Amino acid sequence: MLSNANNTAKSILTPFNLITGAIVLVGLVLTLMRFTGGLARVSNLTDYNPWGLWIGLDLLTGVALAAGGFVSSAAVYIFGLKKYHAAVRPAILTAFLGYALVVVALNYDVGIPWRLPYPFIMQQGTTSVLFEVGLCVFLYLTVLFLEFSPAALEWLGMRKLRNLVHRLTVVLTILGVILSTLHQSSLGALFLIAPSKLHPLWYSSYLPVYFFISAIIAGLSMVLFEGAFCHHFFADKLGEAHRQEKDQIALGFGKAASWVLAGYFAIKVFGISADNNWHYLLTGYGLWYLVELLGFVLLPCLLYATGVRGRRLTLIRWTAGWTVLGIIINRLNICIIAFNWHLPASERYFPHWMEIGISVFLLTCGLIVFKFIVSRMPVLYSHPEYKETH
Amino acid sequence: MSISRRKFLGWVSAAGSASLISTTAHGARKHFKGYPDCYGILYDSGFCIGCRQCEEACNAVNKLSAPVKPFDDLSVLNQKRRTTAKALTVVNRYENKKENKSPVFIKLQCNHCLEPACASACFVKAFKKTKEGSVVYDPSVCVGCRYCMIACPFEIPAYEYDEPYTPRVMKCTMCHDLIKENKLPACVEACPMGALKFGKRNALIKYARERISKFPDRYIDHIYGEHEMGGTSWLYISSLPFKDVGMREDLGITPAPELTAGALGAVPVVASLWTVLLTGIYAINRRKEKLAEREKKEAVEAAGRDKKKVSLYE
Repeated sequence: MLSNANNTAKSILTPFNLITGAIVLVGLVLTLMRFTGGLARVSNLTDYNPWGLWIGLDLLTGVALAAGGFVSSAAVYIFGLKKYHAAVRPAILTAFLGYALVVVALNYDVGIPWRLPYPFIMQQGTTSVLFEVGLCVFLYLTVLFLEFSPAALEWLGMRKLRNLVHRLTVVLTILGVILSTLHQSSLGALFLIAPSKLHPLWYSSYLPVYFFISAIIAGLSMVLFEGAFCHHFFADKLGEAHRQEKDQIALGFGKAASWVLAGYFAIKVFGISADNNWHYLLTGYGLWYLVELLGFVLLPCLLYATGVRGRRLTLIRWTAGWTVLGIIINRLNICIIAFNWHLPASERYFPHWMEIGISVFLLTCGLIVFKFIVSRMPVLYSHPEYKETH
Repeated sequence: MSISRRKFLGWVSAAGSASLISTTAHGARKHFKGYPDCYGILYDSGFCIGCRQCEEACNAVNKLSAPVKPFDDLSVLNQKRRTTAKALTVVNRYENKKENKSPVFIKLQCNHCLEPACASACFVKAFKKTKEGSVVYDPSVCVGCRYCMIACPFEIPAYEYDEPYTPRVMKCTMCHDLIKENKLPACVEACPMGALKFGKRNALIKYARERISKFPDRYIDHIYGEHEMGGTSWLYISSLPFKDVGMREDLGITPAPELTAGALGAVPVVASLWTVLLTGIYAINRRKEKLAEREKKEAVEAAGRDKKKVSLYE
C-alpha cells in the first residue's frame, strides 16, 4: 500500500491515505472519549492491573525498539565503523519518532497528563526508578531531536545552524549511549519492586541487565527490519550509497545481533540457575518461558549466524522481524502476561479494544510522520551539498 | 569533523558531569527501623464479628459516596473483596472449616509500612510516611502514573479510573488528621467489639505477644506486620494461618526501597564509566585513523620518490 505513496500528487485517494485516514478518524474519536470520559471509558485497567497495553506495548516495547538510534550512532561515530554510516539517519529518525510516540502515549495513560513535568518542577522523587526513567527519556528525546535536526536543517537550507549541530555529533552520541544505558535498563528495574507479583521466571535481580542487552538486540534488528521496509516502500528515495551499503549493513548488524543474542541467552540461563528456578520450567508459565527463550532468543541467534555465514540476506531480514516480535513478547510478558500471575483469571487483564485502537492510532500517526519526513528530508539518501562532511 | 581534541574533551567532561549531578541524589541509603514513637493499630481477629461498622465509619470520615448495598447488609461478605477507590477498608470472611468453628474475619486497608513501597516508587513524592505512623498522600501533585499500585505488595491503593479530570489514588490515611487532634481513627472508634486497638506500635507488639502466649490455642504464633516488608504500622493476629485468610506470607522481610536501591545506586557508576570508556574508544579510533592516513601519505610519497629514482636511472 505504501508503494503507491509517490502517486499522492496525482490523487489524494490512495489506499495508504484511505486506510490511515480511517484509522486517524477513529483514533481522534477515541482520544476525545479518553480525555472527556476518563480512563475507565476506554480501558480495562483495574486496581489490580494499573498498567496495561499502553505501558507494556507503547512504553516498554516502544523504547526498546527505538534503541537502533543509539546502537547505530555509537557503532559509526564512536567505534569508527564508518561503513555502516547509511544506517544512522533512518535509525535516528525512527528512534526520535519512537520516543516522541512514547511521550504521546504516556499522555493517554497517566491520570493527569498536564502534570507530567511535575516530577521535575514540583518535587523530585529521586528514590523512584520511574523518576530516573522519566528524566533520561526526557533528556534523550532532546538529544535525539538534536541528532536528527541536521537532516531537517539540510532540507530547510539552513547551512550555518546545520554545521553547528553537526559539530556536536560525537558529544551527542556519547550522551545518547549513557542516557540509553540508564533508561533502557531502568525500564527493567521498574519491576524490581514487585517480586511478589511478577512470575519468578521473569523476575530477576538481573532485570536491568536483561532489558539493556535485549534493547541492543531490538535496536540492531529494528535497523535491519526497517531497512527492508524502506527498501520495499521507499525504494525511489534510497540514495546510491545507501543502496550499496545495504547488504553490508545487513551482514554486519546480523552478525552483531547473533553475538548479542548468544550473550543474552547465556545470561538468561545464568539467571535461572542463580535463582534456582529450573523447577518452574515444567509448569504452564515455564513452557511459555521456554517458547520465549528458545523460540525468540536461541532460534534467531542461530538463524542470524546461518544467514551471515551463507550471506543469505533474505533470511537475515526475516530473522530481524522475528527477533522484533520476540522483544514485543518479552516486554508484554513482563508487564502483562507474567505480571499478577498469582491472581485468579477473573482478576487478570486483557486490553479493551479501544486501548488497542489508540495504540494502533498512535503507531499510524508515527508512520504518517515517518513517510512525510523520508519523502522530503535527506534521510535515506545523502544531501548532495553535504556529502563530504558526513 | 573539525574540532580540536581539547575542545572535544571539554565538551565530554561537561556532559559527563552534568549527567552525574542529576543522578548523585540516589546514593546509598541506611537501614531505617521506623519512627521510634510511631503509632499503629492492632487488628485482633479473635474479637471481630464482621459487622462492617468500621467500613461505614471509614466511608463517612472520608466523605465517600454511599455503596449500592447498605453497610448492615452482610451478604456482601459472601464475596472476597479488595479495597477500591470507594471503599478504603473492607472486611472479608473466611470459613474455619478445619475446626468447624465460627468464621474468621480479616479487615483490609493500607498497612502503613514503615518503609512504604508506594512512597519509594512515587516519582513526585506524593506519598509520605509521617512520624505519627500514617502514610499520607498528596493528590495535588499526583500525576497518576499508578506505579505506587504496581509497587504495593499488599495491593491496596486504588484509582479513580472513572474520574476524567482529577483522578486520585485512594487509600486509607489511618485518619492522620484525627490522630493529630489526639482522636482515634474512625474505624477504631467505631468498632463495637474492641477488635481494633490503637497505640504506640512497640507497645502493640508487646501486647499482641502477650495475647498470643496467654491464649496459644486461640492464635497462631505470628504477628502479621511485625516484619513483613520491613514491618508495617498495622498489625494483625489471627486464629488461622494468614495464608488461609487471604494474606500473603511469602512477601519476605525486605523493605521495598531496598529492592530498587541497587539499580539506582548503579546510575552514577554507569554514567561516569561510560563517559570515560566511550571517550577513550573514540579517541583511540581517531588516533588510529590519523596514523593510517599518515602511513598512507608516507607510502604514497615513498612510492613517488622511488619512481623518480627509477626514472633517473633510466
